[in-house]
Amino acid sequence: MKHIISVLLENEPGALSRVVGLFSARGYNIESLSVAPTEDASLSRMTIQTTGSDDVIEQITKHLNRLIEVVKVVDLTEGAYTERELMLVKVRAVGKEREEMKRMADIFRGRIIDVTEKSFTIELTGDLSKNDAFLVAIDRSAILETVRTGACGIGRGERILRV
Amino acid sequence: MEISKAEMQSAAAAQAHPTHSEELNGAEILVRAMQAEKVEYVWGYPGGAVLYIYDALYKQESIQHILVRHEQAAVHAADGYARATGDVGVALVTSGPGLTNAVTGIATAYMDSIPMVIIAGQVPTAAIGLDAFQECDTVGITRPIVKHNFLVKDVRELAVTLKKAFHIARSGRPGPVVVDVPKDVSFKKIPYTGYPEQVTMRSYNPVRKGHGGQIRKAMQLLLNAKRPYIYTGGGVLLSNASTELRTLVDMLGYPCTNTLMGLGAYPASDRKFLGMLGMHGTIEANNAMQNCDVLLAVGARFDDRVIGNPKHFAQNERKIIHIDIDPSSISKRVKVDIPIVGDVKDVLTEMIGMIREAGTKPDAKALAGWWETIEGWRSRDCLAYDRNNQDVIKPQYVIETLSKMTRGQDVYVTSDVGQHQMWAAQYYGFDEPRRWINSGGLGTMGVGIPYAMGIKMARPNSEVFCVTGEGSVQMCIQELSTCLQYNTPIKVLSLNNRYLGMVRQWQEIEYSGRYSHSYMDALPNFVKLAEAYGHVGLLVERPQDVEGALLEARKLKDRTVFIDFRTDPTENVFPMVQAGKGITEMLLGSEDL
Repeated sequence: MKHIISVLLENEPGALSRVVGLFSARGYNIESLSVAPTEDASLSRMTIQTTGSDDVIEQITKHLNRLIEVVKVVDLTEGAYTERELMLVKVRAVGKEREEMKRMADIFRGRIIDVTEKSFTIELTGDLSKNDAFLVAIDRSAILETVRTGACGIGRGERILRV
Repeated sequence: MEISKAEMQSAAAAQAHPTHSEELNGAEILVRAMQAEKVEYVWGYPGGAVLYIYDALYKQESIQHILVRHEQAAVHAADGYARATGDVGVALVTSGPGLTNAVTGIATAYMDSIPMVIIAGQVPTAAIGLDAFQECDTVGITRPIVKHNFLVKDVRELAVTLKKAFHIARSGRPGPVVVDVPKDVSFKKIPYTGYPEQVTMRSYNPVRKGHGGQIRKAMQLLLNAKRPYIYTGGGVLLSNASTELRTLVDMLGYPCTNTLMGLGAYPASDRKFLGMLGMHGTIEANNAMQNCDVLLAVGARFDDRVIGNPKHFAQNERKIIHIDIDPSSISKRVKVDIPIVGDVKDVLTEMIGMIREAGTKPDAKALAGWWETIEGWRSRDCLAYDRNNQDVIKPQYVIETLSKMTRGQDVYVTSDVGQHQMWAAQYYGFDEPRRWINSGGLGTMGVGIPYAMGIKMARPNSEVFCVTGEGSVQMCIQELSTCLQYNTPIKVLSLNNRYLGMVRQWQEIEYSGRYSHSYMDALPNFVKLAEAYGHVGLLVERPQDVEGALLEARKLKDRTVFIDFRTDPTENVFPMVQAGKGITEMLLGSEDL
């Protein structure tokens, strides 16, 4: 089952590699990972999307907590949460395709952020399944390049993760 | 890369204008930190990146440095010291190969949760990442085998980092911490304001006290058990909780077993002790594990060598209570019903208090029946062997003789890894905690001599025996030289069967007797080798001479003695649970093969 785990950790060199090393050493999956400092520059917030049975997820959260630099760990998927991912897609856009691609971007509430004679770069945000759906909806052969940030998640309402 | 000219000048300038606060270089700060942490011994090996640190050590007297012959042994010796005393063991190695040699030692300590601080030299900060001479990514290499590690890039961070390192190493579930100190950091001078009294880390606050509600629930379950069993591991020793464990077991009258790492936590000579459990555990210890209805696991982690195949283990229903300071050890391999996260000593103390208060007694009738079943298993005497053999030395006989001879005395026994380790664990019968020192988790051959050396340094008045084999002992035999230099007289008992015995045993049982590379050809003359190192060597080939040789070795109080016992090459360790089998599917002797 899919889980999104949020981690607050000390913004120190090497902290990220401890987390990544833990996943590879213990054979856990990382589907996506995004990390950046928070409003408090001494802390980084990491969102890890992973899959595994409940037992595995329990071990993952325990082992994350065991890392000295990890301050807090929350499995967002245990409660109400919302997630977003930013995706940039460069597509071939020549002749008739240009209008079609523009329309598809509109339907998915994407924005075209770069245009050349032959291509568009489309910016999309949404949950992972929406971004997946866009890639399925457009002509696959038109895709020149995609780049995705991975999920970035936050609890709904009063669910707050901070020190 | 050496210290730059500019750095030299700035240091010289700083010295020329002394200020009121004391100026120290990083190396001196490091020494002050160790003094503040009451470090008595540092095992190490010098090299380019740690020369300033060695210079600072030269100028002080409170810390004794022990020069080993290989960095692996430095870490093992400090580890042995930590296991015997409970204090943080400290090792010092240089950058690059110094550190990579230390890796085996660090991993060994990590697997058994031993509190250690390993100081590693590093190339100067400006050279890091440039493939400098003797550079390696210490933090990267050691990351998966340490509790935590640090690279100190600024000398102003050094004191607080060391404070954190010692704090992390000894608190919570203990473990090794590596501090990587670049050469310029040990050289640079700063005004020194003293070693921090304490350190707080928002991201690290290990729990000590167990959850009261959980403990109460556990006690209820435990007191109502029909077939209770207490299974304890290294955590009891690490927490110094064997007094509490003894009190609890004695109050309840329940059967108790220790893991390989936990031997000595409960006295082996007590009837309530069923022996070690696991792959080479006794019938009674393993059968009780499988057939109990309530299991109290204390500071143990349901290791694969302990419970065998988890599917087989799960076939019998039982309720499990698990006390451990590390939440990640709970429900890792076996699903637990009542987890109690906390320090073993605290939790056991609370449990004892609850029993006293409640005045509830266990179900005496059920317990008597359970004991009857256990005694039935015990009567099989699974550790019997050919005791009266007059032709060839049975390895078990050497251990039993040593055990009888040293009963109740101030003795430490270390071992290496293999058959001799299992025989020592099975036949010595440890009655006291921290007296049996071996590598359980990582199973590192070569630890025996350095462990003995480290313990002898800490406990000069105790006798230290290293039970080893001719395979293991050669992995760190160079340390016999260190034993001479520092006058740490140990007794090395080598059960020499001319085979890598445990490998040979598996090959006999699981590989149809194809003894692939398990025969140690071209063995050295160990007696002469011991003599070459300046020690006493004894060769013992007949069972009748075993006792005499041990007596003679013990008489030579201030000499290191190496006894080469020529033991039966065909002897196997029984009982044995083959890999992948359940813990009650034991082979009891060669007749089962």
